[in-house]
Amino acid sequence: MADQTQMDPARLAASQPVANVTDWRRIISGFTLVMLAAIVLFLLDAPWDSVSTFRISRPRDTWAVGNLVVPSQLINTLAAIILAFLGTRLFLRGGGRWTGLSLGVGLIILAMAFLVWATAGKAISLTGMLQATVVRAVPIALAALGGILCERVAVINIAIEGMLLAGAFAGALFGSLMGGWAGIICAMLTGGVFGLLLAVLVITYRVDQIIAGVVINLFVLGLTSYVSSQVFAEFRWLNKATPFRAFKIPVLGDIPLIGPVLFNQNLFVYGALIMVTLSTYYLFYTRMGLRARAVGEHPRAADTLGIDVIKTRYAHVIAAGMVAGFGGAWFTLGSVGRFDENMTFGRGFIGLAAMIFGRWHPLGALAAALVFGFADSLQQKLSILNTPIPSEFLSMAPYIATIVVVAGLVGRARPPAAIGKAYTKD
Amino acid sequence: MTRSSDTHGSPRNDGNQHNGSSHDRGNAGDSLRALLAPTIDTRGNLREIILIPLAAVFMALLIGALIMMATSVEPHIILRSFVAMADGSVGSLNAISETLTASIPLVLAGLGIGLAFRAGLFNIGAEGQMVVGGLMAAVVSFSVTGLPMALHLPLVLVSGLLVGGLYAAIAGFLRAATGAHEVISTIMLNLISIRLLDYLLRQPFIQKEGRSDPISKAVLETAELPRLLSFIDPNLRLHFGLFLMLGAVILIYWLLYRSKLGFAFRISGENPDAARYAGIRAGLTIVIAMAIAGGLAGLAGAAQVTGVLGRATPGFTAGIGFDAIAVALLGRSHPVGILLAGVLFGALEAGGRQMQVDAGVSIDMISIIQALIIIFVAAPLLVKRIMPFLFADRPKEDADHG
Repeated sequence: MADQTQMDPARLAASQPVANVTDWRRIISGFTLVMLAAIVLFLLDAPWDSVSTFRISRPRDTWAVGNLVVPSQLINTLAAIILAFLGTRLFLRGGGRWTGLSLGVGLIILAMAFLVWATAGKAISLTGMLQATVVRAVPIALAALGGILCERVAVINIAIEGMLLAGAFAGALFGSLMGGWAGIICAMLTGGVFGLLLAVLVITYRVDQIIAGVVINLFVLGLTSYVSSQVFAEFRWLNKATPFRAFKIPVLGDIPLIGPVLFNQNLFVYGALIMVTLSTYYLFYTRMGLRARAVGEHPRAADTLGIDVIKTRYAHVIAAGMVAGFGGAWFTLGSVGRFDENMTFGRGFIGLAAMIFGRWHPLGALAAALVFGFADSLQQKLSILNTPIPSEFLSMAPYIATIVVVAGLVGRARPPAAIGKAYTKD
Repeated sequence: MTRSSDTHGSPRNDGNQHNGSSHDRGNAGDSLRALLAPTIDTRGNLREIILIPLAAVFMALLIGALIMMATSVEPHIILRSFVAMADGSVGSLNAISETLTASIPLVLAGLGIGLAFRAGLFNIGAEGQMVVGGLMAAVVSFSVTGLPMALHLPLVLVSGLLVGGLYAAIAGFLRAATGAHEVISTIMLNLISIRLLDYLLRQPFIQKEGRSDPISKAVLETAELPRLLSFIDPNLRLHFGLFLMLGAVILIYWLLYRSKLGFAFRISGENPDAARYAGIRAGLTIVIAMAIAGGLAGLAGAAQVTGVLGRATPGFTAGIGFDAIAVALLGRSHPVGILLAGVLFGALEAGGRQMQVDAGVSIDMISIIQALIIIFVAAPLLVKRIMPFLFADRPKEDADHG
């Protein structure tokens, strides 16, 4: 137990707790759920006779499906009851794996209740909303994937934000010069270069990993802002790339709801889905992936077995940079084709949060990214729906949820054991 | 262990040595502590403490010049921009006043981050703590009326300090109670504070009358930090915050090295096990360290609002909370080091503004230079490899260390 109570500054999220943790975790989670129940019951109330209409098909779809119509108040009362039940249960018995599960279910129910309430007496396109969700989840999922590749070999990657920004910048610049595909490749290379810089700093020169990450973020922010105000302001044609358009995959794209959401998107959505699938396969079903995870869990043992720890770490950190660079290109080549100062605006950090939510697993991170993407697209829709809740509060919601989940899930969500530690072979 | 670690005593090597002796201890934690070690143990490496930052500044300026060249800034403009940088930071009384004015929030927030480092905590949330502290100070400064300055101004500053401290204490409490890492929670609190600021600045009791954009009412005269040099020239912006800054440096020095609480902080940061055996309540120590760190950041925000800006606007902290992390690192978490580093960064800010005016080079160049300085300071082995001649005693051992 001696090492259970010590503090290790570089341990993200699963730093060892000090006080009587299970109780606090249970109490905080239970309290949060009961509060959410109260919010749903008292703040998100609609008249009993109002209905929420969700449109699924659009006029020109091949196969049309009717609208989904639900009674608003009934659904939300049910949601409040479930939330209250989950919260009370945590208070009274709780603990164990119920904490995380209840919180997850609770957050999803909250999102549903919110959506039903916001559309009470109105209609909203569910398909359009989910489509936006997927699009907005892309950079978050890719940032999370970059984080996972690094942390699985025990390198903390706070620099993911800077890598996204660098990718966005390179995408706009080289996309304007040489076209979209070259833009993507250069964005990935640029991300890789910053991955290399991080690797050199933390692996070879053993700079503290969080410090190196923070500094790379500052550096990229400074560099991209400098070039954008020094060069782009004067030569606008350097910052005018043609973004990638959505293209429909035949047949699959015609399925109601799923088609437009998954199979009528741009390159970045498909790319992200492929990368998540590939890296899941790589990490958990190949020998190389097993070795990489060994380096993250117990580098000395891996070294003894003949795995080159240093090389493995370099390769993964650079690969993580390339993934993040691709994710960064989404901001420019995947939307408007123009770079603005600090345009990633903390998405890299949200990606790190998604990584923790997803427990360092690519699929889990993708699911978490979709939740964040949903909150993002909900915020967009709010102005259309004209709800009394200010959009600032909704945009805070993912961050508050992250804090609650990190506080509630710690102990369940464990990072690789060697995280944050430099490796010296002596 | 390499030979150089014993003779040369570089911070990085200390870290390895430490790691060798206690196997299951986090190496990153050690290396962080080792980064800060030279300020505790200055025997034999005074030369490095001075040389490495100097070499780092020099190389950062050099790379800055290279980046300017790469963006097709002509050589004589580059030269002019460096002259302007020097001129704008120390070239005149006004320049010195600007340098010190810019360094006040950097030092205040940097002291908080450094203190948290000492306790083994990484407070990335200074930006958010500045936002809430500064906003609270702004609100108190225009909503409380009729008080004389001797009461109003302290009230404003203390309210900024308290709110900043409470905001940081959230992260401290979560760390102590549930183990949620403060890096994640302070990043999230930063992002939350930005939204909160945007929202609150539009509320009728804060928003300036007759404005539709988010901007707060102006700070009342009784809550303004008085300007120190207005008897020479009313345009000199240096304000009373200078004394707050110096007072905070002395206070934090005393707290860290002369008080029981500071001992608890340092021992928790350096050796949590020893702290536990010594009967130090680890959870409480974390919460208090975070609260003090946040309080200093909140004070920095309050000083910025009442001394320089006169109101709160979206993004009024202008990234100072992040620059303060760099200041704390450069100052190696020692109050005096942070003071010097803060003044250097203040000089870069002030010089950068002059550079933008005189040479037309974007002020963002300064952020690049600042980041580079930190990279080099944080990686002393890198500096030694690039400039072995500066550390000529045993250059070969250093060179083959990595």
